This record gives sequence, structure tokens and C-alpha cells, in this order.
Amino acid sequence: MEKILVGLKRVVDYNVRVRVKGDGSGVETEGVKMSINPFDEIALEEALRIKERGEANEVVVVSIGSGDAQQQLRTGLAMGADRAILVETGDVPDPLSCARALLEIVNRENPELVILGKQAIDNDNAQTGQMLAALWGRPQATFASKLEFSGSTVRVTREVDAGLDVIEVDLPAVITADLRLNEPRYVKLPDIMKAKKKPLDQVPLAELSLPESPAIAETSFESPAARERGIMVDDVAGLVGALKDKGLL
Amino acid sequence: MARILLIAEHNGTSLSPSTAKCVACAAEIAGAEIDVAVFAENAGDVAAEAASLESVSRVLSNDSAANRGALAAVLAPHIVAMADSYDYIFGPSTTFGKDLMPRVAALLGVNQVSDIMSVEGERTFKRPIYAGSAVVTVEVPAGVPVVATIRTASFRAVSAGNSAPVETLEVSADVPEHTRYIASETGKSDRPDLQSASRVVAGGRALGSEESFDLIYRLADKLEAGVGASRAAVDAGYVPNEMQVGQTGRIIAPDLYIAIGISGAIQHLTGIKDAGTIVAINKDEEAPIFEVADIGLVGDLFNVVPELTEALD
Ligand SMILES: Cc1cc2nc3c(=O)[nH]c(=O)nc-3n(C[C@H](O)[C@H](O)[C@H](O)COP(=O)(O)OP(=O)(O)OC[C@H]3O[C@@H](n4cnc5c(N)ncnc54)[C@H](O)[C@@H]3O)c2cc1C
Ligand SMILES: Cc1cc2nc3c(=O)[nH]c(=O)nc-3n(C[C@H](O)[C@H](O)[C@H](O)COP(=O)(O)OP(=O)(O)OC[C@H]3O[C@@H](n4cnc5c(N)ncnc54)[C@H](O)[C@@H]3O)c2cc1C
Repeated sequence: MEKILVGLKRVVDYNVRVRVKGDGSGVETEGVKMSINPFDEIALEEALRIKERGEANEVVVVSIGSGDAQQQLRTGLAMGADRAILVETGDVPDPLSCARALLEIVNRENPELVILGKQAIDNDNAQTGQMLAALWGRPQATFASKLEFSGSTVRVTREVDAGLDVIEVDLPAVITADLRLNEPRYVKLPDIMKAKKKPLDQVPLAELSLPESPAIAETSFESPAARERGIMVDDVAGLVGALKDKGLL
Repeated sequence: MARILLIAEHNGTSLSPSTAKCVACAAEIAGAEIDVAVFAENAGDVAAEAASLESVSRVLSNDSAANRGALAAVLAPHIVAMADSYDYIFGPSTTFGKDLMPRVAALLGVNQVSDIMSVEGERTFKRPIYAGSAVVTVEVPAGVPVVATIRTASFRAVSAGNSAPVETLEVSADVPEHTRYIASETGKSDRPDLQSASRVVAGGRALGSEESFDLIYRLADKLEAGVGASRAAVDAGYVPNEMQVGQTGRIIAPDLYIAIGISGAIQHLTGIKDAGTIVAINKDEEAPIFEVADIGLVGDLFNVVPELTEALD
């Protein structure tokens, strides 16, 4: 395969305890640690392994976001990607527009494979990959935990609620990565230096002239109903008693 | 009138409990008229089950060998071809619905509302973001169909007792050949299904091995409970992936959840927010799980769990 395209979204790091702003206008993202969406790191790791096995020639990472997303793209380059593309926009647009923007990049780059994360851990929408596959008119294999290539097809094991599903798709295709697809590598310092010399192209989102999309408005934010701290019991007898009191035994 | 199309989830022979919960959500929309579409190889039994659900107006049943494995690339064009007759198209926020519905939305040129947790108005809903650390109210713009997945743990299943008409659904969209279903591996278990069990016992990394997980199974069997696990336990290979509870596993709402040797990471807690009573057994009194537990017991699970299992005799 000639080329694999991987999406890297810049998100609030998964260790950060996210808080809703006092006025309900959004969540507090000022000054918090930002990272590559963990599922996207897995997507990139998989692409790099495919390339290292000699089954692909080039890995290109793409992010849609503000100039700050260059940090995450540089990390992707340090992990081993060959090239990066930043689709630059102030605010990240709605998922359909993200998918349309990715399709524009796909049409320019002609990858045989696109690997995205199964969901972004900030908005938790889990839709971008499926949307891209739909717009592209190509197969989708979501929640992937294992890929086996043979010629122009790939056999994908998918993590589903009932267990595992195996499907086979023809390339080109869109795959979305689940947690157990692999364990991403750590970036080494010399690679960070090397990554500075790798190409990072910037394309303004406006230049892609996407159609108007019916974005879903986010009107207000709130903290979820908190569960209250309950009681502590000293031993098993206390636990059994407490469960009986609640009518659960 | 709000014309609603709900895509049924099933395993080929019986309807998944997620469907009755989605009906409950759909019924909260003013003027709801709910059609349930069943795509299956042999839809008969599943369609009959769907027709028995309260609030369902009609069941549309499609039999085809191509429906095997519920491939999104196969089903989405059929649903898109029906979309003109509907104001809302819903599916469950399970791996089935999460795979399928965004493909439908994109083909219709709209965004999807993911994981509806409450209905606030005709086009206004609440949904969780950041692994449930925040809840956002969203509004779908006028003039486009509402395509959404429903967070099933937020709704109580409607009861059975209805007998809605079942109609045969003919589809004309082409079946793509680029995607082929090969096989499924589903854990065969006599235990209650994790998603619908009223009691769930779950184990974490602290179990240390597949063998030790027997402690969890034995307690679960005493309680006639389903069995869950943290991601760490699944990653370590103690249990299969379908048992994972949390942001990237199952979102469940049993009456009783017993977390054993699970620290209570936010990604785990998001899967059990709606549980009735949470019990935590952990040897570290500082473990975050105790912040949300209704009943906490500090102790070594290798002593506590056998003792508890015995106490239930
Ligand atoms: C301040 C702000 C305000 C916003 N307001 C709105 C709003 O009002 N309405 C609205 O609809 N949306 C809004 N969004 C954007 C939206 O919520 C999502 O961030 C975006 O649409 C993508 O959805 P998701 O992150 O849940 O992606 P998912 O579908 O969960 O992502 C799946 C995968 O797709 C890929 N991917 C997704 N996004 C990107 C990206 N940007 N770059 C590279 N790869 C990507 C990744 O591989 C990811 O793992 C806003 C965003 C911000 C930052
Ligand atoms: C993107 C992303 C998604 C994720 N999704 C999920 C998800 O869906 N579900 C999920 O569960 N996690 C998920 N995680 C992982 C999550 O962050 C935690 O790492 C995981 O939940 C930890 O599992 P654990 O509680 O079993 O292990 P640990 O955090 O290691 O906790 C083990 C606990 O056992 C206790 N213990 C040890 N020995 C004993 C003993 N003998 N007796 C009693 N107690 C003992 C310890 O005190 C500790 O509290 C996700 C992470 C990421 C980054």
C-alpha cells in the first residue's frame, strides 16, 4: 500500500478532571494539559507498524484545529509519521464538517487506508470515521482490535458489545481504532529533534470550501448529578446488613 | 405529530433489551408515532417481539441474507431510502447503533446527536461529554431530520403487551460488496446479560489472574448477578472484552453494582453512574471508588470476597 492517513485530534488529556465553567458556557480548558486523543495515538501506532512491516510506504497525519494542534502533529511526527497536515480553523467544526474536511484531504492524498480513533475523548461523539466512510462511499470497520492484510483486503476484528465480530473490507477503507489494537510507543528525545525537520503543511479550512452544514448547537453545559458519598462498613457482616437494609438481599 | 423511525437491535433470534429502552426515550417526544424497523435474515420472531412493545405504532420487517452481521454499509442505504417519511431516526448507543447511525447521518447530510440521556424538547436533548464529567444541552437546527443514538442506561424499558401491526419492508438500495461479514465470537455464558442484569459484580486489576477471577464468578452466581470488569482486568487478559464496563465498554444501570479491586477511574465510573446502589470493596481507603460508593468496605478482597460469598448461603 502506498499511503495511510491518520487523524490526530488535540484534546484535553485523559488525566485531567474536567470542570464545567461557573456560568455554564462551556468546560474549563484554560491552561489544562492537552494531548493527542488516546485512540488516535493507537491509530497512528498501527499505521506505523504496518509501514515498519513493509506493507505501506508513507504515513501522513492530519489534524483539524487551531495552530496549537501543531504540537500534537509534531508528536505524531516524532512517533514516526512522515508528514503532517494541519487543516487550520479557529474552533473545531461539527463532526460532519470534520468528516467533509477529511474527505477533501483524502481526495488530495489518495490513501488506501484511513485510520481514525473510535471516539474523541472530549466530545465523545464517535461519528467522524463512520461519516467519512459514508461520504467517501467506502467500507468502515469500527472499534478495531486486530487487522490482517492480504492483498487489497483487510480482515478486521471488531470489539462489539456481545464479544468480537470479524469482517472483511476491500481497500480503500476507513478503520477506527479501539483500545486493544496495540500499545502506542513512547517518543524518544532524538525523534523529537528529527521531527522538527519533517514537513508540516497548513491548509486553511476555508480553502476547502465545504458546504454549509447543519451544526447542532450546544446551548448550555452543566455538571452531572453527583453521587453522594455513602456509608463505610467495617466487615462482611456490616456489608450484608447494609444490603438487607436497602432491600437488596 | 412526530414521525419516528427506530432501528431495532437484535442477535438474529431475539430483540436486544436496548430497543425497549429506546422506545421509552422516543415516546417522550411530543406526538410520537414510533415505527420500529427490523433488518434480519429471518426477522419474524424479532419483529413479533418489537410489536409487543408499548408505544410502538408499527413494525417494519425486512428479511434478507444480506442483513447478516448487521453491517452498517449494508443497512445505512436502506434507512436513508426511508428517511423522507420521518422526522426522527433513532438507534441505541450500543456498538451496533454507534457503528450504523453516523453513516446514516452523513448520507443524509446531517450531524448526529450521540448518546441522548434526556429529552428536553422537540429538538433539544442532553448528552454526556468528557466521559460524563459534563452534560451538554444540544439543539438540532430546524428543517433537518434528527438522527440520534440513545444512551440506553438513561431510560427504563417500556413494557410488553402491545400488538402493533407488522408490515413487510421492501428495500431497493443496492447491497455493497466491499464489506463482508465473516464471523462472530460471543462469550457463551449462562449468567445474566451484563447490559440488563439487575445485579452486577465486577472485578479489577487487583484480581491478578484469570484463575482468581473465579472469586468474582462465585459471588456473582450466589447473587444471580452478571459479571463485569475494569479495562485493566480486560487488558491483562483475565476476562474477555465484552465484560468491560466504562467509557469505552458497557454503560450499565443495575440496581446493585459491586466493584471489587477497582480503583474508580473516571473512565470506569462513567459506565456505572446510573446504578442504583454501588458497593466498593478495596484495600486502599483512599481509592476514588469510595467517593461514589453507597456502601464501602476497606479490606483485602482475597479475604472479604470468599467470606461474603459464604455469608450469602
Ligand atoms: C470551542 C468549541 C465549540 C464547539 N462547538 C460545537 C457546536 O456548537 N456544535 C458542534 O456540532 N460541534 C462543536 N464543536 C466541535 C465538536 O464538538 C467536535 O469536537 C468535533 O465535531 C468532532 O467530534 P468528536 O470530537 O466527538 O469526534 P469523534 O467522532 O468522537 O472522533 C473520532 C475520530 O475522528 C478523528 N477526528 C475527530 N475530530 C478530529 C480533528 N479535529 N482532527 C483530526 N481528527 C479528528 C479522530 O481520529 C477521532 O479519534 C466545538 C468544538 C470546540 C472546540
Ligand atoms: C481513553 C481511555 C478509555 C478508558 N476506558 C475505560 C473503560 O471503559 N473502563 C475502565 O474500567 N477503564 C477504562 N480506562 C482505564 C482507566 O483509566 C483505569 O486505568 C482502569 O479503570 C483501572 O482499572 P482498575 O481499577 O482495575 O485498576 P487499578 O487502577 O490498578 O486499581 C486496582 C485497585 O485494586 C485495589 N486493590 C489491590 N489489591 C487489592 C486487594 N487485595 N484487595 C482489595 N483491593 C485491592 C487497589 O487499591 C486499587 O484501587 C480507560 C482509559 C483511557 C485512557
